[in-house]
Amino acid sequence: MNNHAISRRALLGWIGKTAGASAMYQAMTSLGFAAESSHPGKLNLGGAKKGATVLVLGAGLAGMAAAYELRKAGYKVKILEFNARAGGRCWTLRGGDTYTELGGVTQQCQFAEGNYINPGPWRVPYHHHHVMSYINEFNIAIEPFIQVNYNALVHSTKAFDGKPQRYREVQADYQGYAAELLGKALNQNALDEALTSEDREKLFESLRHWGALDAKGDYKKSREVSLRRGFAIPPGGGLSPKPEPSEPFDQSTLIQSELWKYIVNGQDIEFQSSIFQPVGGMDNIAKAFEKRVGDLIEYSAKVTKIDQSDSGVAVNFEQNGEAKSAQADWCVCTIPLSILSQIPVQASSGMRAAIRSVPYAASVKVGLEFKRRFWEQDEAIYGGVSYTNLPITNISYPSTKFCDKGKGVLLGGYVWGANAFEFTSLPPAERVKKAVEYGKQIHPQYAEEFDNGISVGWHRVPWTQGCFGLWTEEKRAEHYENLCQVDGRLVLAGEHASNLPAWQEGAISSAHDAIKRLHNKALNTVA
Amino acid sequence: MNKMKKYLLSGSMLFVSTCLYATDDAGFSEGANFEEVTGEALYHAICQGCHMTNAEGAQGAGRYPALAKNPKLAAGAYVVYMVSNGMGGMPPLKQYLSDKQIAEVVNYTRSHFGNHFTDVVDADDVKTIAKR
Repeated sequence: MNNHAISRRALLGWIGKTAGASAMYQAMTSLGFAAESSHPGKLNLGGAKKGATVLVLGAGLAGMAAAYELRKAGYKVKILEFNARAGGRCWTLRGGDTYTELGGVTQQCQFAEGNYINPGPWRVPYHHHHVMSYINEFNIAIEPFIQVNYNALVHSTKAFDGKPQRYREVQADYQGYAAELLGKALNQNALDEALTSEDREKLFESLRHWGALDAKGDYKKSREVSLRRGFAIPPGGGLSPKPEPSEPFDQSTLIQSELWKYIVNGQDIEFQSSIFQPVGGMDNIAKAFEKRVGDLIEYSAKVTKIDQSDSGVAVNFEQNGEAKSAQADWCVCTIPLSILSQIPVQASSGMRAAIRSVPYAASVKVGLEFKRRFWEQDEAIYGGVSYTNLPITNISYPSTKFCDKGKGVLLGGYVWGANAFEFTSLPPAERVKKAVEYGKQIHPQYAEEFDNGISVGWHRVPWTQGCFGLWTEEKRAEHYENLCQVDGRLVLAGEHASNLPAWQEGAISSAHDAIKRLHNKALNTVA
Repeated sequence: MNKMKKYLLSGSMLFVSTCLYATDDAGFSEGANFEEVTGEALYHAICQGCHMTNAEGAQGAGRYPALAKNPKLAAGAYVVYMVSNGMGGMPPLKQYLSDKQIAEVVNYTRSHFGNHFTDVVDADDVKTIAKR
């Protein structure tokens, strides 16, 4: 039995080496961590001392979730928020909205009624239990987010003469050829030591099934293969032309194209079905919280100092040019570390070092509105994502209002890494222009159909100065505990204080964890 | 400037290794790293995103310090350290840049925008400080 188990591991290892699965996985999990958040247990914030006060800094999802739960538990809560709106990065831009970035340029969103772009988070995976539980509790309407669309495109400037290919063709052929090769290795007895003869037989059968191989184990033009990758002439009714199977790509061309990089995305737990979006924009989550805690929020309040003593916290802030201060027994601070690192904070040296240790990622999103939904009307692409090696990295089609006859908005660029710095450095209108130029290589209709666009470079966002806390394993080992611990009367929360960086689930689960510990400390603190 | 035409002959390693202007037609880097070469091009492709076109910095909930007329730039090693390793909101950039590129952009910034520091840093200085 034991020997059997080892051979299966060996086999998996062999497959991994052949297919480069781990390399693909690493390359494609751009956010780095595929950790699943635990199901939210009961918060059990019972027994709060009468009249105890908490000051929450920041009215993003972490801050508002903390305030909502703490007030329910009996605390007197107040929130200070830099912006004139709640939500933080849980943010949606719609027609008529204006956004002024650092440097002073104001963009006015010109989208048609009902169209929008989420510059920040745009998806809620089914296993983000904290977010899902509030969606349930607040009755926020959600709809499926189409992550994988087999009819969307994968594109490389260096493969197939720069011509985009269908995801389904690359997916079917990659899987088919991998199955065929493994089957050949089996039949050439290359795996005799790794597998029993029964397993070899069963594996061969499974490979034919998995890869749509013929009886001999070959992956080639056939009806079976076309049922995966699509037909040259699809089956129709009556006297329409006879169905004609399609020809698979040349094996070497496919391997060298690197387009296989893109087919693994939807298999990451962060993007697996079912995955959702709020109907009408991500900020519906923020608005649902704001409806419940909006009365606690002081808007346009810029925190300038966080002080604490044995008896409480004192926070200085500026509001409409006026210097003010607020006091409380306890403080939950959700200010992004990129900003908090610039504010004097009375805390242990460990926490202060942690606050200064996390840089923020560069990322850019570009929303493009077109006169019509040409991707649906011309190409039968309904939702989902096309991938490219161009700096825009992907084009995401709206997962809503399918077959609408009006204007439609694409996420025309979602940029990371070096290209994100380059995009951020351009004026907003230039970013839109570049996204259109690049996108034209994938959808020539851009030239005719483009109407207007808006772009958000996260390092230019006045209240975050970056997209999310970019931890490394080394930094986590050194600073993470110091960052998250209750420090005197202060605790930090937000995606930066989580193992789910950049995700709303990180923000809310971090807030829950922080207030549980803060509450326990409050119960055990005299006076 | 970084708006150089790129004529990529596939498979020509010689071309790749001797090409000074690797950005694409639109001025963007094609790989994971920055492909701009001169200090000026690097400043306007990277630093400008936060420190702004004329290095004037910006102010929001926090701020990006102005690099223009900034006496802190007197110590070249400090600037090299910040660009390489980052600090607080400043991201470390050495993963995207060669020692030579870091030296170029540091020298450019220290001699423009009202800064007149005449000493220069070179790739060897960066190597010592960046500690890759």
